[in-house]
Amino acid sequence: MRPFAYTRTASSSAAVATVTADRDAKFLAGGTNLIDLMKDTVEAPALLVDINALPFGDIVEHRTFVRIGALARMSDTADHPAVVRIAPAVAEALLASASPQLRNAATIGGNLMQRTRCAYFRDVATACNKREPGRGCAAIDGINRQHAVLGGSRDCICVHPSDMAVALLAVDAIVRTRGPRGERSIPIAAFHTLPGDTPQIETVLEHGELIVAVDIPISRLASTSTYVKVRDRASYEFALVSVGAALSVRDGKIADARLGLGGIAPKPWRALASERALIGVAPSAAAFERAAEIAVGGARGYGHNDFKIPLVKRLIVKSLASVAA
Amino acid sequence: MNLVGAPIDRVDGRRKITGTARYAAETPLPGLTYAVMVESTIPAGTIAAVDAAAATRASGVIAVLTYENAPKVEQHKVAGMTDRNLPLLQDRIVRYDRQPVAVVVADTFERATDAASLVRIRYDTSVPALSLAHGSGYHPEHSHGDEPSVYERGNVDAAFAGADVKIDRTYTTPVEHHNPMEPHATVATWDGDVLTVYDATQGVFGTRSRLAVAFGIPPANVRVVCPFVGGGFGSKGSAWAHTVLAAMAARAVKRPVKLVLARPQMFGSVGYRPATIQRVTLGAKRDGTLVSTLHEVRSQTSIFDEFVEPSAELTKMLYAVPNVRTINTVVPLNAATPTFMRAPGESSGSFALESAMDELAYAVGLDPLEVRLRNHADSDPSKQLPFSSKSLRECYSVGAERFGWSRRVPRARSMRDGGLLVGMGVASATYPTNRSAASALVRLSSDGTAHVFAGTQDLGTGAYTVFSQVAAEELGIPVSSVRFELGDTNFPMGPVSGGSQTTASVGNAVSVAARSARDRAIGLALGDPQSSLHGHDADAIDVRDGRIFLRDRPDVGDTYAAILGRHPQGEIEERGDARPGDEKTAFSMHAFGAQFAEVRVDPELGTVRVVKMVGAFASGRILNAKTARSQYLGGMVWGLSMALHEITRTDARSGRIMNANLADYLVPVNKDVPSDFEAYIVPEDDPNVNPLGVKGIGEIGIVGAAAAIANAVYHATGTRVRDLPIQPEKLV
Amino acid sequence: MPVDVGPRAGPHPVPVTLTINGMRHDLTIEPRVTLLDALREYANLPGTKKGCDQGTCGACTVLVNGRRIDSCLTLAIMHTGARITTIEGLADGDRLHPMQAAFLEHDGFQCGYCTPGQILSAVALLAEKRPLDDASIREFMSGNICRCGAYKNIVDAVAAAGKQNV
Repeated sequence: MRPFAYTRTASSSAAVATVTADRDAKFLAGGTNLIDLMKDTVEAPALLVDINALPFGDIVEHRTFVRIGALARMSDTADHPAVVRIAPAVAEALLASASPQLRNAATIGGNLMQRTRCAYFRDVATACNKREPGRGCAAIDGINRQHAVLGGSRDCICVHPSDMAVALLAVDAIVRTRGPRGERSIPIAAFHTLPGDTPQIETVLEHGELIVAVDIPISRLASTSTYVKVRDRASYEFALVSVGAALSVRDGKIADARLGLGGIAPKPWRALASERALIGVAPSAAAFERAAEIAVGGARGYGHNDFKIPLVKRLIVKSLASVAA
Repeated sequence: MNLVGAPIDRVDGRRKITGTARYAAETPLPGLTYAVMVESTIPAGTIAAVDAAAATRASGVIAVLTYENAPKVEQHKVAGMTDRNLPLLQDRIVRYDRQPVAVVVADTFERATDAASLVRIRYDTSVPALSLAHGSGYHPEHSHGDEPSVYERGNVDAAFAGADVKIDRTYTTPVEHHNPMEPHATVATWDGDVLTVYDATQGVFGTRSRLAVAFGIPPANVRVVCPFVGGGFGSKGSAWAHTVLAAMAARAVKRPVKLVLARPQMFGSVGYRPATIQRVTLGAKRDGTLVSTLHEVRSQTSIFDEFVEPSAELTKMLYAVPNVRTINTVVPLNAATPTFMRAPGESSGSFALESAMDELAYAVGLDPLEVRLRNHADSDPSKQLPFSSKSLRECYSVGAERFGWSRRVPRARSMRDGGLLVGMGVASATYPTNRSAASALVRLSSDGTAHVFAGTQDLGTGAYTVFSQVAAEELGIPVSSVRFELGDTNFPMGPVSGGSQTTASVGNAVSVAARSARDRAIGLALGDPQSSLHGHDADAIDVRDGRIFLRDRPDVGDTYAAILGRHPQGEIEERGDARPGDEKTAFSMHAFGAQFAEVRVDPELGTVRVVKMVGAFASGRILNAKTARSQYLGGMVWGLSMALHEITRTDARSGRIMNANLADYLVPVNKDVPSDFEAYIVPEDDPNVNPLGVKGIGEIGIVGAAAAIANAVYHATGTRVRDLPIQPEKLV
Repeated sequence: MPVDVGPRAGPHPVPVTLTINGMRHDLTIEPRVTLLDALREYANLPGTKKGCDQGTCGACTVLVNGRRIDSCLTLAIMHTGARITTIEGLADGDRLHPMQAAFLEHDGFQCGYCTPGQILSAVALLAEKRPLDDASIREFMSGNICRCGAYKNIVDAVAAAGKQNV
């Protein structure tokens, strides 16, 4: 780990101002991802601003939405009755993430900001455009079992590691931020960006912009949501593929649908075309299979990860069938 | 007394559960400094330039050692199965990815780690040899010990050609890394020409001799200490580069040095199970009896040392087959040197052989257990010797009964549990009984306690506990009156804790030492006019609870405490030496077992979960049923891990290992191991194997386990996976 | 710099006071020192183990204000004022904590290196009031890898200690 200075504050505006003023400063919340990457020298901030004292730790149920403070820990969020009731997919995704110890430290805001598990990104001895723009992507022709089949570019085929973010897609979550230019609300689907030719950019946040909360609107749709994850190990492992799904059925027809996919793209992937294809039709195996087929339209494997394409299709069908039931 | 065999709690347990057991890296020494290794990032080439300026300038840095300034040491091995050629900063040649190329010493761990990341090394790369399948190999002189690497009995080609049923399949196993939870660690300190090393090792004496050779000093000048080791599984069976480099750094900076490998470095220079490509052919009659077995093993070694994965050794002796050929080929690659990993050979080899036996069972339409019974070897067909004892039939029947093998519907893909496919598989297990010379020292004191010393190791195996039990029983004192110490070259010599040989080797030495201490104490009493036993016959004596008495008149007796209280020194010391006799020429000695596994497979997602495992093992006399069961269960977890999880992934272009951490190199977590998971001890009395009647138990638990699971997966799905690990992409 | 931001500490060593097992420890450490290294290398409390230093094994599990976390992925300086419990602080003098006793009785360990983390994790599991059925124990103990493979005995130990607790 490179040396750095440390400071802390209980004021969000002070935190934002301090980080905004210093290109080499970063916010420090749970630290589980940032400190790990600092040990690998993938991250080397000169200043860490500890934001754990900021008043963003609560989870509060309002009339039309539940607000999860950005500093709420993953474990507390997963166990919170309002979250379990309003957005079961989010609670399930959190419980399927990491380990109890990591969930006790890691925060909701930090979960959205966590960086890819791509082995080439994390190994400074290898080529990675995300870590060093222009150096090349060693994963495309390398060991790419974990990598993206959708949304990748010639410069990057990493996958986003968050389970929760995939579930948030299924419940229309909104990310609330405070930055150097004030506050804003960003729909979760618009929060993360695709690599294109700038894989070093992963979200729409500006430097110094701080996540303060994640809001989940209360809806029947969200309350039906579920999260399903496939992995090699039975626990404590990132997803091979995952699905966050929600479905509402009225008069025998699908009235609304949400489909988020994980483990297959550089960002939490919303299968919008599949959602559209589901609306208005009767829930059936055929309809789910068609939605799955549409979801992987344009998908491309790189060798080791080819299996993810049939795998995610099957998981989509399974999870839609389970939410429809 | 029946202290031996009693399932007592670990005598070292309290220290482990209270955090007071001290592992190598936890040795506090005044003036301690921290060393961190810098490793190569290419697999082949030469160092063109080293830029250590930034590292040297960094705060707290005391020294940066590279090939340019490292002191001269001997990097070549001398002899012995566990000795290795080591890369010790003596030249600019890079032979594998993650080879040590520099060592940074600083006043704190943080500063040493940071400075290590600042060392810049430029390489001239050359084309690495990376392919096991396509590289050119050779037949080594030996596959294992004195065994020839090419072996044949009968005529395999003719027998196979004439066989009714033929199986000809190739099985592959990947590189696997041991990953004990405690990373390798060394604390080294010099006092003039005398070196003391606190090392995480499975063999204090092997480490001592390697250090003595490296520095050109007498072994007596080196002391190696290791009271606790946080798992080894073979990776700590050899002295590796980091141990010598720590001592080199300590000498260079003239202060004690601590060097602990980071987890990614555990994939570097401390050995691994080499990848294998194994062809097995089975020729059989229609009734399932084998007429021929061919087992060809291709495994990797490094370009600068030789290690042979002896996967075909068990094929020579497991079944009664008249015609057998085994061939080992090793392919030197630009990779680190492989090493022993829990049941080296038997684990990888049993996956191939026992998968093939399963394929044979389906081919002849027999129950896989029945096929094994029909080929049971009543004596060792390779050595043409009787077994010292063999209880494999009992293992099959106990295992089958406890597992519920009769539930199995023979046809593949015929059992379901809701939407999941159900499968059950079986495999045989065997592991040779090894033994080396060992010594122990027993000191009986006037407080009635015994202090026992042996230069052996406890890797979590239970050595502290069972040797305390052996000493207590021989002496006739409670286990709580025995203080057993190990892991120090100041103690009598013991062998490397590998090959499941520790109990057979050291246990017999402890037994001899304790018995002679008891006999000497008895002699003192019989010759002592102040003792009520004065003048009695030694044959009439019994000992219990620290009291020596006449067997026929228990009221007449004396205690160790009293006897030694009257002794001028107040204590007596007896040394016991034990070594193998000629039993090897008269008997073939092996432990045997049977493994049963039940899986659930999701037919759409290809995910496999083991829901039940039963192992039944016969390993001679069991000294502690509690710790023995734990050893077996641990071995079975390793088999599960081998079947479903473990694989080291090397980038085929760069030769760089890309999953060198425990998030990407998977081993089972608690959730992966079902509650329905049990090991049964099959009683076995072996009067031939060694005086204590013990066989090794540390390794047999993994043998056959991966095959049992793979066979269960076939039974569930109808898909035969011959390439480990079994992951979803191989089933969807 | 805004006034309501604390003073900048480091990168050089700075005073950091930690409360570990009820004892005050005044350390002088760089901000980059992890809680794990602070315990092992600076506070002379090596009972907490370093298995991976990457949050992938759980050997470094400690309780901070009663909650289990991996001490390798957090900085010591973040925990001034917190109540830190390590394996050394679990027993009451010679009297073992019931979870320690259960691990001993059920042989829930072999080499012992993951054991302090397992025990603290198990203590936290009970405090979290997780269900004590087999599946739940296995899931909520999955953040602690045991390479010796003592999982079955660990589950038995946790279940036994859990029963005592109720």
